[in-house]
Amino acid sequence: MSTPLISCRGLEIRAGERCLVRALDFDVAPGERWAVIGPNGAGKTSLLLVLAGARPAQDGTVQLSGRPLAQWSVPDLAGLRAMVADRWIDPFATRVLDTVLAARYRLNLGAARPAAADRAQSVARDCLGVMDCLHLADRDVRHLSRGERQRVALAAALAQETALVLLDEPISHQDPRHQTQVLQALQARAACTYVGALHDINAAARFATHALLLHGDGRWVAGRAGEVLTRETLSHLFETSISEFISGPHRVFLSQD
Amino acid sequence: MDGAAKDAAAMPSAGLSRRAALPILAVAALLALLAALRFGSVNISAGDLLAASLDMVSGRDGGSLAATLLGLRLPRAGTAMAVGGLLALSGGLLQSLLRNPLADPYVLGVSGGASCAAMLAIAAGAGAAAIALSAAGGALLALSLLFALAHRALFARDVLLDPGKDSAILLTGVMIASLSAAVLSLVLSLAPDGRLRTMVFWLLGDLGGATSPVLAALALATWLVLGLVAQRDAAALNLMLGGDLQAYTQGVPTTQVRRRLIIVTAIATGMAVALAGAVGFVGFVAPHLVRRAVGADPRRMLPAASLLGAVLVLVADTVGRCVAAPLQLPVGALMALIGVPVFIWQLQRP
Repeated sequence: MSTPLISCRGLEIRAGERCLVRALDFDVAPGERWAVIGPNGAGKTSLLLVLAGARPAQDGTVQLSGRPLAQWSVPDLAGLRAMVADRWIDPFATRVLDTVLAARYRLNLGAARPAAADRAQSVARDCLGVMDCLHLADRDVRHLSRGERQRVALAAALAQETALVLLDEPISHQDPRHQTQVLQALQARAACTYVGALHDINAAARFATHALLLHGDGRWVAGRAGEVLTRETLSHLFETSISEFISGPHRVFLSQD
Repeated sequence: MDGAAKDAAAMPSAGLSRRAALPILAVAALLALLAALRFGSVNISAGDLLAASLDMVSGRDGGSLAATLLGLRLPRAGTAMAVGGLLALSGGLLQSLLRNPLADPYVLGVSGGASCAAMLAIAAGAGAAAIALSAAGGALLALSLLFALAHRALFARDVLLDPGKDSAILLTGVMIASLSAAVLSLVLSLAPDGRLRTMVFWLLGDLGGATSPVLAALALATWLVLGLVAQRDAAALNLMLGGDLQAYTQGVPTTQVRRRLIIVTAIATGMAVALAGAVGFVGFVAPHLVRRAVGADPRRMLPAASLLGAVLVLVADTVGRCVAAPLQLPVGALMALIGVPVFIWQLQRP
């Protein structure tokens, strides 16, 4: 078996006094798509930040591609993983295409000028196209709707050309058509590995190969999506009664209360 | 959908004005320099100016009136350009670092600290060199205070997680500026009457004392070096506009870049205030004006703002020397008198 892309051992994440995640062990192999699921404030975003190297864990180790997180330099890390946050800061007028091009910062360091620039342009436009926002390329990011802005952020993360993409609520602002389209576009990149916090259980069930359930009090469940995402585990996780239906090839979960 | 049309009008154009901005500003700087050398309480004709310049370059002492005036006006023009360039560079860096279009070297209270120290020196009857030195010391002191108070917000690792920390830095700066203003009014109210005029001129920003060619050359060299240092980090700073978390995940060591650029800002502001007193406004307005033409990307915005700042201060100083000659009006006041209408006109444009 190949080296896991992410390997966590004994991970503990605290927020103030609260322990969100305790003694978390899980491995993400290349090509897997992990959905992180849990109630509000359960530590999904915190976990993503720890995996991204942007927040220290209180205990335990994280290895990326077999190397401890602390041994990665910031630029090297940017070559391995991208992250799509769930909020964007746009203080000044900027063209959509320029925000996507800027994400290739690491790739442009020391690159031969004209060839790199041409390639950057074509990759950036491809990624915008994949996220159905090529028509927005010349718009000002500050004038986009939240859904459009989110897809631009996704395009920027893809343009970074990394093996691992961390997603924080990647479809929270998308309409039903774009929810499907975005997840399918991500799925279509077979070489990419994803770890994404998702609130929509049904989207998670379709998208993910694996799931990590966070209870928010330290407890967690990790495993294959088909085994972990069940009526019982989800009802227990969200402390509400959830039923499961079969619709064609998909499983559909509904909250009953 | 009129969104696309509206953006096309509001967005900095992608091609022409981006490329043309720097050459246009360079030509403007040259013209402003020529005007600054020619005009004043006595005007020099273009021919005399050329002859005097050739004498100066070849090291001969022409002894003409033009040569004497050139010897006085050239250091002053050089200092004016360096002061404008340094302040605009600081303003552009601070606005980008704090992601806030209201930031400016003066907002952080750095000039306030410099002014306090300079006022105390003037009140004590110190000479020009001592005043400049204490201004630089005051800038450094104010900045150290800001570092100490906003240390968590500036360098803590969790800056990554909380964009609200940016306003903590700004607020701390505003508080330091208010404190300096209070100390200033105390010094002014207690100062001996005979020194009040010098002090007020200094507070308004004044290039009357900029006669030393060595200091002018030093200022220009500082401007160039700091500009190049900032340019090295400009691409990283561009990513940091989108938040530290995003920049960090895209490969920018945000803490180091921020630290370097804050030091650049401190030196630039300290130098400018030490040379010309409290010339306000240029650090705030120059980045705003160029952003309309070249966009917010610091790689293009910083050099353009820097050049524009140099032109603005040089023009304001030249006008200040000419309009009421032989009286000299303080450059800081002129700066705002010219700049505010231009800025408001820019804001009103569709």
